[in-house]
Amino acid sequence: MDDIKLLEAVERYISGQMSPDERVYFEQLRKSNPEVDQAVVEHTFFLQQMNRFDEVKNFKAILNDTHIHLGEKGLIKAPRLKGRAKVVYLYNRYKRVAAIAASIAGITALTISALVWSLSPAKPAGKEEVQLLNRKFDNMNQKFQQMEKQNKVLDQKINDVKDQTASSDPSRYTYTSGGTGFMVDAKGYLVTNAHVVKDATHVAVQSSNGNEYVARVIYADADKDVAILKITDKNYKPLSSIPYSIKRSSGDLAESIFTLGYPRNDIVYGDGYIASKTGPEGDTLSCQITIPANKGNSGSPILNKNGEVIGILSKKENAVEGAAFALRSKYIIEALNELQKDSSYKNIKTPTTSTLKGKDRTQQVKTISDYVFMVKVD
Amino acid sequence: MKADISEKSLLQGLAKNDKKAIETIYKDNYNLVQALVINNSGTAEDAKDIFQEAMIVLYEKVQSGTFELNCQIKTFVYSVSKRLWLKRLMQQNRFNLSDGHEESVSVDEEMEEHEKRNTEFLMMEKAMNGLGEPCKSLLEAFYLQKKSMQEIASSFGYTNSENAKNQKYKCLMRLKKLFFSQYKNESL
Repeated sequence: MDDIKLLEAVERYISGQMSPDERVYFEQLRKSNPEVDQAVVEHTFFLQQMNRFDEVKNFKAILNDTHIHLGEKGLIKAPRLKGRAKVVYLYNRYKRVAAIAASIAGITALTISALVWSLSPAKPAGKEEVQLLNRKFDNMNQKFQQMEKQNKVLDQKINDVKDQTASSDPSRYTYTSGGTGFMVDAKGYLVTNAHVVKDATHVAVQSSNGNEYVARVIYADADKDVAILKITDKNYKPLSSIPYSIKRSSGDLAESIFTLGYPRNDIVYGDGYIASKTGPEGDTLSCQITIPANKGNSGSPILNKNGEVIGILSKKENAVEGAAFALRSKYIIEALNELQKDSSYKNIKTPTTSTLKGKDRTQQVKTISDYVFMVKVD
Repeated sequence: MKADISEKSLLQGLAKNDKKAIETIYKDNYNLVQALVINNSGTAEDAKDIFQEAMIVLYEKVQSGTFELNCQIKTFVYSVSKRLWLKRLMQQNRFNLSDGHEESVSVDEEMEEHEKRNTEFLMMEKAMNGLGEPCKSLLEAFYLQKKSMQEIASSFGYTNSENAKNQKYKCLMRLKKLFFSQYKNESL
């Protein structure tokens, strides 16, 4: 019997779709032909495995939802969501209620105004006075508006001057060496290696779909080899909230990891594992990983299977093929905390919730690639 | 006893993926496990992982048709969480764990079963992820969402259900190969 037909028969047998005659015939075949019997046993087992996998996967998703839900309602002592993740959660949860409330409010307002209109006397006393006052208000309003306009003109002028000095046209310079950076706050803050932007006069970042933005180094720590950039380009539109989180603890030995970076002009995916918990010569700032890495990979995020950033790809071991080193992610958090002490950056948020958990790798990579940028320096 | 009846109905609800039952069990037991993990040098995130894995152990148990625990749900979940966290600590070379005076029971059998299932889960996950598209979606549509071959043919753009069937066969063979190659290595 040809394999594909055998499989079809086995599936119909397992799912009970065979007619009684056919079933009897098939059972005899099973007894006389060990190969057929083997196929039935194996396939039954395999289907069970697939179903169990699916059940547990779905159950995990329910557990995650339950956790967030109960945490938000304060029914368990879990830390609550912060920032955008929370807004999205609340929006999804309450959009129906909000819509109903809004329409009830609308109807009430209409009814009341209709009542007032029909019940109020035709000519209320003191109307002229009210009108006078109104006019005064109008005058004041106009003055305010004029002042606001003037302010706007000033702002515009200041911006123009800024643009002239900062130059918002990234293509004006010829950028040479570069690396990779990834976003830590959708307002335009990226993390990369300090050595990538060392001695740079101009910095630009390029997204996976080819848009280029001017950026500025706002923090660099050469010892830890970590730098933070801010996109200053006026063409930059903030992305939606960061899908990955930054993990405080580093990963376990042999844990599987993956990375996205720009060793060439296109984004490149690589995967590997944590090879050692320390870096070169017992350095505890970093850990050794085994992953394909090239020069432009410096600054690439290293993520674990849950979509949590566990480090920044920073160095490569030349003597050993595939060996590289990653700066531990806790130093990203430290750098951000350091930066937040400066009042102009105190609103930077560190992403704490990964929305990638349980998704398959292809989807994770697709989502993450919007947040990984090529860093170009001049 | 009234408490036993409601515990049993919670477990039956859990087996049917009933949201209300899951939420109740979650709500009644999470804080205790979080306290255990945090008091033993874990984070809230670790607590969430451990607790959810314990929930999966309970889920697997009721899935196999056992609604009778020899103890309360609370004791069971706590005991499993404790074992799981101890294992995690041992991987970091730490061997002791201090807990309050919470009651716990032996869960050796369940842990063994769970380890096995968890390995199988990871193997299937790896096989599925290694399979790639459109194979993965195609097999999921047929085996998990139970769609008919005709529906699959039209939504995946095959000219007829015979073509879809051939494609499904090839995909299944690849998935089996990916899965069983790990499975055999594991059992050696």
